[in-house]
Amino acid sequence: MRRLGYKPHALIEALHTVQETFGYIDEDALKYLSRALRIPLSQVYGVATFYHYFSMKPQGKHTCVVCMGTACYIKGTGQILNNLENAYSIKAGETTPDGGLSLLTARCLGACGIAPAVVLDGVVIGHADPAHFNARVEEKLKQ
Amino acid sequence: MSPNVRVKTLKIDGKDVSAREDQTILSVARENDIFIPTLCQMDGLTSVGACRLCLVEIKGSAKLQAACVTEVQEGMEVVTDSERLHSYRKMLIELLFVARNHICSVCVSNGHCELQSLAQRLGITHIHFPFRYPKLAVDLSHDRFGMDNNRCIRCGRCVRVCDEIEGAHTWDLMGRGDASQIVCDLNQPWGSSETCTSCGKCVHVCPTGALFEKGKSSSEMSKRQEFLPYLTLMRGDHNE
Ligand code: SF4
Ligand code: FES
Ligand code: FES
Repeated sequence: MRRLGYKPHALIEALHTVQETFGYIDEDALKYLSRALRIPLSQVYGVATFYHYFSMKPQGKHTCVVCMGTACYIKGTGQILNNLENAYSIKAGETTPDGGLSLLTARCLGACGIAPAVVLDGVVIGHADPAHFNARVEEKLKQ
Repeated sequence: MSPNVRVKTLKIDGKDVSAREDQTILSVARENDIFIPTLCQMDGLTSVGACRLCLVEIKGSAKLQAACVTEVQEGMEVVTDSERLHSYRKMLIELLFVARNHICSVCVSNGHCELQSLAQRLGITHIHFPFRYPKLAVDLSHDRFGMDNNRCIRCGRCVRVCDEIEGAHTWDLMGRGDASQIVCDLNQPWGSSETCTSCGKCVHVCPTGALFEKGKSSSEMSKRQEFLPYLTLMRGDHNE
C-alpha cells in the first residue's frame, strides 16, 4: 500500500493484492483498507463485491470455472455445470463444505474457438466433454 | 449566475428556450414547465443517470440521452415525449415493479411514493413481465429507522445524500446487476453502524418505502425533502 501512495484510487490495486496474497478478502482486510486509504467502508465493500474477481470467502483447494458464454453454453457447458452441481451438491459460486472444490462461472473466457471451455485450477481446458468432465474433476481432487 | 456565463439557445418539444451553457436538458425543461419523468435525479445531489427514465431524443443522434446528465448545446433539438420514449419509460417502470416487491397497499409510503405516482402518471395499469419477488432482508436494527430492500429501486439517492450532504457515506451499493443492493458499512445491521449519524436524510430522500421511520404504518410515511435545496443554497453550491 505504501507503494501505491495511500491514495484513494489505489483501492482496486490494493484489493488485488489482498486477493492474490490471501486468496480471498475478509472483513478485517476491508476495514484495514478503508482506514488506510480513507475510503468509506460501504464503498470498499461495494467495489469488492462488484468485481467477480474478488471473493469474500476462502476459496476451495481446487477451483473450477465453467464458461457460461454463448458459444460455450451452446456447446454444452450448461450440462457440465449441472453435472458438477449435482455431483458435489453445491451451486455455482459455492465451495464444498470440506473446502475441496470451488465451483465458479464466467461470462466468456475469450476462448470461444475451443468451446466448451472450462478452467480447472488455472488451466484452460478446451473441447471439454460433458459426459466425462466429472471424472476429470474427481481426478484433480484426489491429487 | 456569474456575469460571464454564456447563453445557449435550443428547442425543446418545438419550443425555443434559452439556457446557461452548463445547464442540463432536464433543468432547462423544468424551468420551462416541460415534464420529464425522473427517479434517481434530485436537485442538490450529483446526477448519475442511473434510472434512465429521463431519456430524451435529440435530433441528429440515434442514441437516446439521459436529460439529467446531458448538457445543453447550441441549436440542439430535444424531444421529451414520443411513442418510443413513452413505451421505454413504461417498460422501465414495469421492470422496477417486478424486480422486487412493490405491493403499494401494504407499503408505509403508499400515496407518497415517487414510483407509484410516476406509474400512475405514465398510465401503467398492467405489468407485462413475470414478478420475481426475491426474499430480501428487512433491517430494523436502527432505533429510529428501518430499511426494506424489497422496496428499493436502487436509485442511489440515499447513498449520495449521505456522502455529499451529510458526509458520512454510510450507504453504498454492492454487487452488480439484479443482485445489487444497498449496504450499510460492511453489509452490517444499520443499528451497528459506526459511521451513521442518525440524521435521517437518507430516509427523506428515498423515493419509495425502502427507507422509513419506525412507528409508521401503511400509507403514513410521507417524506420531507425541503432541507436539501436549503442546505445546498446555504453552502453556496452552484450545481443547481
Ligand atoms: S433505499 Fe431508497 S433512496 Fe436508497 S437506493 Fe433504494 S430506493 Fe433509492
Ligand atoms: S463463450 Fe466460452 S470462451 Fe467465449
Ligand atoms: S433521472 Fe436521469 S437517469 Fe434517473
